Amino acid sequence: MSQPKGAVSAEDVKKIARLSRLHVESDRLQPLAEDLNGILAWIEQLNEVDVEGVEPMTSAVDMAAPMRKDEISDGDKRNDILKNAPKKDDGFFVVPRSVE
Amino acid sequence: MFTAERVGNPRDYIKGETGDWEIIIGLEVHAQVASNSKLFSGSATEYGQAPNSQVSLVDAGMPGMLPVVNEFCVEQAVKTGLGLNAQINLFSRFDRKNYFYVDLPQGYQISQFEHPIVGEGEIDVLPIDADGNTLEPVTVGIERLHLEQDAGKSVHDLSPDETYVDLNRCGVALMEIVSKPDMRSPEEASAYVDKLRGIVRALGTCDGDMEKGNLRADVNVSVRKPGGELGTRCEIKNVNSLRFIRQAINYEARRHIEIIEAGGTIDQETRLFDSEKGETRTMRSKEDAHDYRYFPDPDLLPLKLEQSFVDRVKSELPELPDQIKARFMDQYGLSEYDARILTADKTKSDFYESVAKGRDAKIAANWTMVELFGALNKAGTELEDSPVSADMLGGLIDRIADKTISGKIAKEVFERMFGGEGDADTIIEAQGLKQVTDMGAIEKMVDDAIEANAAQAEKAKDNPKLLGFFVGQVMKASGGKANPQAVNEILRKKLGL
Amino acid sequence: MSDLTKLTLEAALAGMAAGDFSSEELTKAHIDACMDGADLNAFITTTFEDAIESAKASDARRKSGEVGLLEGAPLGVKDLFCTEGVKTTAGSKILGDFAPPYESSVTANMKADGMVMLGKLNLDEFAMGSSNETSHYGPVINPWRKGEDLVPGGSSGGSAAAVGADMCLGATATDTGGSIRQPASFTGTVGIKPTYGRCSRWGVVAFASSLDQAGPIAKTVKDSAILLESMAGYDPKDSTSLNIDVPKWSESCGKSVKGLRIGIPKEYSIDGMPGEIQSLWDQGIAWMKDAGAEIVPITLPHTKYALPAYYVVAPAEASSNLARYDGMRYGLRVDGKDLTDTYDRTRTEGFGKEVRRRIMIGTYVLSAGYYDAYYLRAQKVRTRIVQDFENAWQTCDAILTPTAPSAPFAVGRKLNDPVKMYLNDIFTVTTNLAGLPGISVPAGLDADGLPLGLQIIGKALDEDTVFKAASALEKAAGFTAKPEKWWK
Ligand SMILES: [Mg+2]
Ligand SMILES: [Zn+2]
Repeated sequence: MSQPKGAVSAEDVKKIARLSRLHVESDRLQPLAEDLNGILAWIEQLNEVDVEGVEPMTSAVDMAAPMRKDEISDGDKRNDILKNAPKKDDGFFVVPRSVE
Repeated sequence: MFTAERVGNPRDYIKGETGDWEIIIGLEVHAQVASNSKLFSGSATEYGQAPNSQVSLVDAGMPGMLPVVNEFCVEQAVKTGLGLNAQINLFSRFDRKNYFYVDLPQGYQISQFEHPIVGEGEIDVLPIDADGNTLEPVTVGIERLHLEQDAGKSVHDLSPDETYVDLNRCGVALMEIVSKPDMRSPEEASAYVDKLRGIVRALGTCDGDMEKGNLRADVNVSVRKPGGELGTRCEIKNVNSLRFIRQAINYEARRHIEIIEAGGTIDQETRLFDSEKGETRTMRSKEDAHDYRYFPDPDLLPLKLEQSFVDRVKSELPELPDQIKARFMDQYGLSEYDARILTADKTKSDFYESVAKGRDAKIAANWTMVELFGALNKAGTELEDSPVSADMLGGLIDRIADKTISGKIAKEVFERMFGGEGDADTIIEAQGLKQVTDMGAIEKMVDDAIEANAAQAEKAKDNPKLLGFFVGQVMKASGGKANPQAVNEILRKKLGL
Repeated sequence: MSDLTKLTLEAALAGMAAGDFSSEELTKAHIDACMDGADLNAFITTTFEDAIESAKASDARRKSGEVGLLEGAPLGVKDLFCTEGVKTTAGSKILGDFAPPYESSVTANMKADGMVMLGKLNLDEFAMGSSNETSHYGPVINPWRKGEDLVPGGSSGGSAAAVGADMCLGATATDTGGSIRQPASFTGTVGIKPTYGRCSRWGVVAFASSLDQAGPIAKTVKDSAILLESMAGYDPKDSTSLNIDVPKWSESCGKSVKGLRIGIPKEYSIDGMPGEIQSLWDQGIAWMKDAGAEIVPITLPHTKYALPAYYVVAPAEASSNLARYDGMRYGLRVDGKDLTDTYDRTRTEGFGKEVRRRIMIGTYVLSAGYYDAYYLRAQKVRTRIVQDFENAWQTCDAILTPTAPSAPFAVGRKLNDPVKMYLNDIFTVTTNLAGLPGISVPAGLDADGLPLGLQIIGKALDEDTVFKAASALEKAAGFTAKPEKWWK
């Protein structure tokens, strides 16, 4: 994969916003791009670090995943699950139509 | 990324206007782990329960909820990997696949991307043609097997402008088994899935129930000129029967060929198979840009397995369909065809083995396959629900062997047994079907027959074929119950043959 | 009766044990203080009625001889911890009136130990901030006001302000990049972030899972040890929880530091750091030396990369952790013309500006083509930072640094310069990246009379040494200053 070349464009911001399910007004795209570029430029210092042969750290604890037994110990709490739902009906969550 | 070195059999080419085309098929099979609870939570996995009744706070993606791995699911993945002759990775990891969808409460699916639990393997597949004939075996490469969560279910027909969401399936453990693009015909593809199904069922890692969606295939199809450059592939999602897999591939391959030959190009896309129309259609996705942003799930630590654990699982592996089949051919002297039919699944091979135990293996095979499977087939009943148990069928074969009844009478007994009239002895007794083995009685019947047909008896010395006539007469007189061998012997003696 | 709110947790527990006052009296005194301090905006939700009920129940338990570690103590809970039946907001609009049907493991431990919960404390939205100005529920005002409104630090600003203003005997907090220690430094309180994995994350709204860790903010080092003893513990529901015993840390407090090797990292002398902070640090070194510790110069060469690495890792994890706030199952839903529009509106209106900014950064650094350059590289830099500490532990047992590069600043001053704001965490963030324990102890006042803290960093799981060193520092500093109760 490539090194980041150049800056985040308004078009990039649009794409990121889309992936993030956030709306950005078109006149805000460019200012936001500049905003992000300011932060990313500062992050670019990481390129100074020699990471040759260094393993990435993905977890702050150095152990293997603990595992649980295959037992039914949860569920059967529909009221709890649905309690805070913006809309529900007949035991289902009700959401805007997800297919056309 | 993919290479597809094997060139298929010209028999499987599709004729287009510009010549022959070869189909390239790869599959991603999702097999639901036969676990009691979910991959990362303690809620139940049972099918067909009231909506949202098997959902934990974790499954519903509530704030602050965390996943904990189900050890049984990990073991099943390892077991399945071993059954696929695949590399078991002692180090694997869970990653998040990020996308928004109404049935994906966390906003990401926990899957395994960079480090799957199972790596490369391969299985041999025997495609069967439309007439049931076995074709040449094909080796299909396994790219990987990884564990991941299933999503919930969206119901679109309860409201015209809304979707109803049931999260019961959400978080159920799936094994995604990814093949290499090694299949070249719909038959190879469905045989591959059938084979996988047989393996997971034999292992007990997945119940293989395609109707319930517990085993379903994403089918990747592309076409090329035989041996030529690979075409663009389309993925047909969630096909859930062997027949649909063949139909979908056929339809999709022809669609590609038509488009290409008309000068068009194939768009790489995800499609759905409409089983009623037998067509695939584009799965109109509202998501334009796919970028799953996989990264290691920071809520979970890596899976680190001990080699001793893998060895233990390996040592406890049950016999796999291929091994059972080879053993049946070897131990019972069965033909490849018979062995294949009798090892199609675990229920069948277990049934056969218990019928064959201590009996003539070939006779047992015949009765199991021809009579019982035939009758079940005609009745549309599964072996699991057979009115004739292995013990009952064995008992019937025993009565043939000890000459209580003849093979012919046995068929009548079988029919009654299938009809629920009881075991062989009960039926033989009730119907008075016991073979006459009393030599005196048979001799009497032979004498009667000779006396009644004195002229023929005279001719019999010159024309031994008349023996058959006399056997018929005696058997008729006995109501079919006389032991045919005894009748034969006595007749030969009395007729001087 | 003297003002019960002036007591430390330790003294209050002793007072109740001696029968000097009841939990009910203690709780009522703190409720009054909370009401007096309403202008500080430290609470998002108060649960005073329930608190009085739990105090009465606690008094009854005490009569029957049942006394938990925190028996009858009125405490505050950062509104990032899910509390059963009590609205939990994470400082965000997007959670709406979400009332969890479950209790976080940490607060469940504390309730089992007899805690009386006064309410849910304000914080930066989803714990993203260093000044408590990003909360949907408005900024928290630092009790140490000198002529103008100052920030209490963040993200646990409500917790720090409430403890600093004697509104509760202690509070829960969380620390992803310094969110316990920096506000503790800003409010003259003690805050400890334990080793990653000590406190269960189950039921704590996630910001950045590999960095988030709960801990207390308290009035004294010993109080913080008592609180942490209650909060910590193995939880099988959190896969990253450490399955080890919780020591009696309160017993480590006050123990001699003779012979303890205290490392002084040269990289923590940064450009532009106020002279007062440097001199406080020098003072701290002298105090430790006087107490019998050995001072060892050390080097942590990758220190300057910790903050940029953090600003890749934390937003990346956050962008994914916050995907569940989509308006479908709980919290705010802003209806749009279709599903996508509903998602967009809900999340755009539900999240504040800083949260949206971090989601965007996180999405960007994980996206195709940038993952290796940003996320993977940051995780490798993280390994480098861990290696720095590993090397340091060859020659020292604990590390002394300033907690924050400045004293509390005026509300609004850094809000529009994200990088400047991020620099608040420059001394604290390394321990989050490495998973190490760190404590902030109030050590002095600046020229304006505002509190400044010093930080002790320890080896993983060695909170013992951290508490020992911190209490030596506390003793030497003799920090007794209190803000004037201008808010009353
Ligand atoms: Mg797939
Ligand atoms: Zn999958």
